[in-house]
Amino acid sequence: MIPAAFDYIRPASLEEACRVLAEADAAGDDVKVLAGGQSLLPLLRLRLAYPAALVDLGRLPEPRGVEDRGDHVFVGALTTHDEVLRSGVVREQVPLLALATATVADPAVRHRGTFGGSMVHADPAGDLPAVALALDCVFVVRSSEGEREIPASEFFVDYLESALGPGEVLLGVRVPKLGPGWGFHYEKFHRTAQAWAIVGVAAAVRRDGGTIGEARIALTNMGPTPVRARATEAALRGLSPAPVGGAGDGARDQVRDACGQADSGTSPPADLHAKPDYRRHLARVLTYRAVRAATG
Amino acid sequence: MSEQLDAGLIAEQIAESDQLGEPSGAHEVGRARRRKEDARLVTGRTTWTDNIQLPGMLYMAFLRSPMAHARITRVDTSAARARPGVVAVYSGRDLADEQGSLPCAWPVTEDIVIPDHPPMAVEEVRYAGEAVACVVATDRYKAADALEAIEVDYEPLDAVVDMTEALAEGSPLVHESGNRAFTWKFAGGDIDAAFRDAPVVIERTYVQQRLIPTAMEPRAVVATTDGDGFTLYSATQIPHVLRVMLALTTGIPEHKLRVVAPDVGGGFGSKLQVTAEEVLGLLVTRRLGKPVKWTESRSEGNLTVHHGRDQLQRISLAAERDGRVRGVRVDLLADMGAYLMLVTPGIPLLGAFMYNGIYKIDAYDFTCTGVFTTKMPTDAYRGAGRPEATFAIERAVDELAHELGLDPVEVRRRNWITHQEFPYDTICGLTYDSGNYEAATEKALALFGYDKLRAEQSDRRDRRDPVQLGIGVSTYTEMCGLAPSRVLGSLSYGAGGWEHASVRMLPTGKVEVVTGTSPHGQGHETAWSQIVADALGVPFGDVAVLHGDTAISHKGMDTYGSRSLVVGGVAVLAACEKVKDKARLIAAHMLEASADDIEFSAGSFTVRGTAEGRTIQELALATFAAHDLPDGVEPGLDADATFDPDNFSFPHGTHLCAVEVDTETGACAIRSYVAVDDVGSVVNPLIVEGQVHGGIAQGIGQALFEEAVHDTEGNLLTTTMADYLIPTAADLPDFTTDRTETPATSNPLGVKGVGEAGTIASTPAVVNAIVDALRPYGVHDVRMPCTPERIWRVVSEAGPPASGSAAAEAPAGASAGASAEAPAPTSGPGPMSTPGPASTPGPASTPGSGSGEATSSSEGGAR
Amino acid sequence: MPRITVTVDGVTYEEEVEPRLLLVHLLRDRLGKTGTPVGCDTSNCGACTVMLDGRSAKSCSVLAVQADGSDVVTIEGLARGDEWHPMQKAFHTEHALQCGYCTPGMIMAAIDLLRDDPDPSEEAVREGLEGNLCRCTGYCNIVRAVRLAAQEMAQAGERREVRTP
Repeated sequence: MIPAAFDYIRPASLEEACRVLAEADAAGDDVKVLAGGQSLLPLLRLRLAYPAALVDLGRLPEPRGVEDRGDHVFVGALTTHDEVLRSGVVREQVPLLALATATVADPAVRHRGTFGGSMVHADPAGDLPAVALALDCVFVVRSSEGEREIPASEFFVDYLESALGPGEVLLGVRVPKLGPGWGFHYEKFHRTAQAWAIVGVAAAVRRDGGTIGEARIALTNMGPTPVRARATEAALRGLSPAPVGGAGDGARDQVRDACGQADSGTSPPADLHAKPDYRRHLARVLTYRAVRAATG
Repeated sequence: MSEQLDAGLIAEQIAESDQLGEPSGAHEVGRARRRKEDARLVTGRTTWTDNIQLPGMLYMAFLRSPMAHARITRVDTSAARARPGVVAVYSGRDLADEQGSLPCAWPVTEDIVIPDHPPMAVEEVRYAGEAVACVVATDRYKAADALEAIEVDYEPLDAVVDMTEALAEGSPLVHESGNRAFTWKFAGGDIDAAFRDAPVVIERTYVQQRLIPTAMEPRAVVATTDGDGFTLYSATQIPHVLRVMLALTTGIPEHKLRVVAPDVGGGFGSKLQVTAEEVLGLLVTRRLGKPVKWTESRSEGNLTVHHGRDQLQRISLAAERDGRVRGVRVDLLADMGAYLMLVTPGIPLLGAFMYNGIYKIDAYDFTCTGVFTTKMPTDAYRGAGRPEATFAIERAVDELAHELGLDPVEVRRRNWITHQEFPYDTICGLTYDSGNYEAATEKALALFGYDKLRAEQSDRRDRRDPVQLGIGVSTYTEMCGLAPSRVLGSLSYGAGGWEHASVRMLPTGKVEVVTGTSPHGQGHETAWSQIVADALGVPFGDVAVLHGDTAISHKGMDTYGSRSLVVGGVAVLAACEKVKDKARLIAAHMLEASADDIEFSAGSFTVRGTAEGRTIQELALATFAAHDLPDGVEPGLDADATFDPDNFSFPHGTHLCAVEVDTETGACAIRSYVAVDDVGSVVNPLIVEGQVHGGIAQGIGQALFEEAVHDTEGNLLTTTMADYLIPTAADLPDFTTDRTETPATSNPLGVKGVGEAGTIASTPAVVNAIVDALRPYGVHDVRMPCTPERIWRVVSEAGPPASGSAAAEAPAGASAGASAEAPAPTSGPGPMSTPGPASTPGPASTPGSGSGEATSSSEGGAR
Repeated sequence: MPRITVTVDGVTYEEEVEPRLLLVHLLRDRLGKTGTPVGCDTSNCGACTVMLDGRSAKSCSVLAVQADGSDVVTIEGLARGDEWHPMQKAFHTEHALQCGYCTPGMIMAAIDLLRDDPDPSEEAVREGLEGNLCRCTGYCNIVRAVRLAAQEMAQAGERREVRTP
């Protein structure tokens, strides 16, 4: 199919982009930001979106790239998924991001699609928002008024809706380094290799001696936004990863019990591929698998 | 420089690899020739219909109904007409007087209801996606934009999506005449006797979900006229049939209409159709006098390319306690969709003769009711009726094996026709000419490592491994090589099943072959060249194959139903024989010998007992010159042949599939897959293997991934490739394929056809494997596609597994060729040894899938 | 209308384009590069895959204006004269195509895959090609072809960039 007509603006700088977006908003124009376009173009082609204009940030020299900033890694919004995957800094310092990015779409889409675009698109079935939520990332946004920071817990507002205000663009995301003792896993469950996640689980778990010191778990596609599995996180704290009562049938797997609460507080959707009760079940099973994998 | 050297090296290697598979004696037939077709396809020098660009060409786009069922009360095209670049806009009413009705060529019963099917809806729409208006503009973007300016008022009518509901009293009517299109019955033997006092009766209901064929090339049409004649280019499998049908539909005289199938990107039955867009393209070019093009988008295609399958199958088996099947009863509902298209009603009939599978059965009873619903019409999709039949019998035989505590391979062995029994007249009235089911099965079991996998399965069951192993078997045969014309006539089909070929000897000794088949990926250019090279003794490279253009190939029945080689290839061979007969006379004359004394070998005609002879190339040149021909002999070696087969051909095979089913999530992964097929003699093993690979993948697609889902209002929910999931490379394993070769006796090449085999066998093999994995949980069926969610639901509804392998009733040792003695009851007295749905005895047994899941085809509507 | 400059298979074009023009339609309808087909609306099928500045991209999901100043190589630009790219040869040798509609995109994706992993396992090939759908081959022979091409290219010491020099 063929997109409906739109105007095209290619600002020369981020400042200009912010100004253009603010003006469009003031004029009541429906303007969309184009980065890699890998989510937007299919929507335009199916005529599910009719923007008056696209503001193409795809050629701006910044914000792009991955930077090690001591206690966190800063990922520029225009960094492509492919660049994220190739980054040694990402792999070594924030491996959960690498694990999840490797499951995003396919190689050709990852060459074009951007890290920031995936975040701002705020699709709860996307793989990266859950990572940002699990790691308590901080979103740095800019407008003509200046910069502000939005914690991940406030960034994903609703289905396909982020906290970006009028005239604001995403500069990038501060991804905290969690330091030694942490293990990571992203568990994605989908019907075919190129299908969206029915459910995904982003898990970061810190082992404290023989017990779980802290767990951070966020779920993909279990509601209109990514959600933290807070009850499970709390229940896991202080548990021994090994089954209680030794091996064998009599052993009680406390970690599994804790993960049985993974779906609490979620409101999973019903769609072609799964009904809510199945998604809840998957969230519990996959959280257990993700935690097990993250505790190695 | 290194670039050039490297390329040269690889070219050499390709030349070498072309020798692979060459048998001694260097015959072309049987060689793994690399395909002639590939050169244009790997370099992008293709002629897909959408690539065709003609001067002054205009672009068509269709406005399609957003509702499944509604009365059209107003169509206002004036705003669209006023848009820039728009040349014309037509509603159905504008074309009502000239558009005719899309044809149905298969009125299966005398009282069948064939509703009027206007290419563009005039008064009423009956499925979502039906065309209601058409824009013609100067480019495709402007055409797409103008669609949004057309105003249509609809008065909604009730949709009916489910076949059972459609047949119920008070259902909304798709057509005034009612929702029953036809009821077709067929029987052989004494079915009542077979079921009377039968020790075992298995009754099951299976849902053949609706599929979207999904050829990679979307449909496209280019129509043009010079004011007198018309040319239609279309992404079609059937240029010849299409020409006849379009002439009848549009009133354009047949001799003024040329139909061309350029490069066509796959069909799988979906391009075996006379489509609304083809008719409308001709009408628009006739009105405007300009060339027009239409290319569908994928989402448009998912809505409006005819769908496949969509049957509700009730099958009953009456059997002895030793597993021998006495009789089979089938009661089928077949969803026609809203209209009867080219062969819509005939598809279930192609399956009707196959429910006995490869088995000796005394009695058979088949009833099929064709049902109208407010959905896109169904029609041919790879296998067309035969995969459905094979699925039902192969699933039911597995249920029988389970009921009796027998290995599923052993039950098949006790029922199948042995190789000594061919030719075998089946209960369905077909004569299976040849086959060797024992040999194919033994080979498959050995390649698969059946006993070892059974041992692993037993171990996993004992350990209560959350990931269970399932082993599925499917045997099959199919009637293909469509078809003996007299049989088609007896089934009320509107045409014959012959095929035509011409062979032209060119003056320089090169050969042109004209075929009535219409390849779209099957490699006829290569395979036909191999046949001709052997028959005429000319080099493979000296043969060109022409096809797919009615101005070049004037006569043909096209490509579908695994027919091309079996009917069309044989026609090519027959034409070669005629060429040789003519050449022999001329050779005899030139060599001053009697024609009876002329021998032909490796391209040369020689006088028996001498070295004196003429090559066929020399004879071609001499015939061209025509200076010295025998009296009464025309100057020409060219020959035509039309072959009408006496019988169908019956490929067969045994497929084995091992799946790992994660009972916690319902995820299912195919661990290994073995296919041993017997497609008779093989012209090109490379092409045969490729056809089997692709067929298996498509059958797996039905088993695991694919379903066209409608909501209760009749809206298609799977309109894009993000929703209608076909398998990627990462979703499939490597397939182990092998063959046995039992030549067909019904044609001189000994060939049987291979296009549909893989698809027919693989779907039941996969589902049998999944059900086998879940037997300890009391599971007897999983409705297709076996999605993780469905598997999880049947497992969780069935409760925890019975302990140990004893409960699973899967005796090992089938591959050892266990004799057909009384079943060894290895099943223990555990809770699983008396499964629910199978009843013993009597016809009053519980029907249903046993899975706890509704068998209604409208299940998707609840999502 | 924006004016763009784009190099396709070694030829530089200057075109005025509507902002909404898809790169694949620029290639097919304006530049006559019909070797690259369109198979879907949603970037699932990958039939339209080309090399955009040396990396695979689905040309149905890129606007022509986004390709301004870029280098595009299509299936038509792979061969050097009459010498096919090793991947083209391998697809022929291993019978990795039937109808051939997915083939241009599949070959481009496969070449891109070998850039990162010159000797991929079967599994790596299958995962690397997850963005390209084929309905004919069941992928078996495609996997074989990619691995054959990998061997051929390694033996020849070849890592050629698929972009205009």
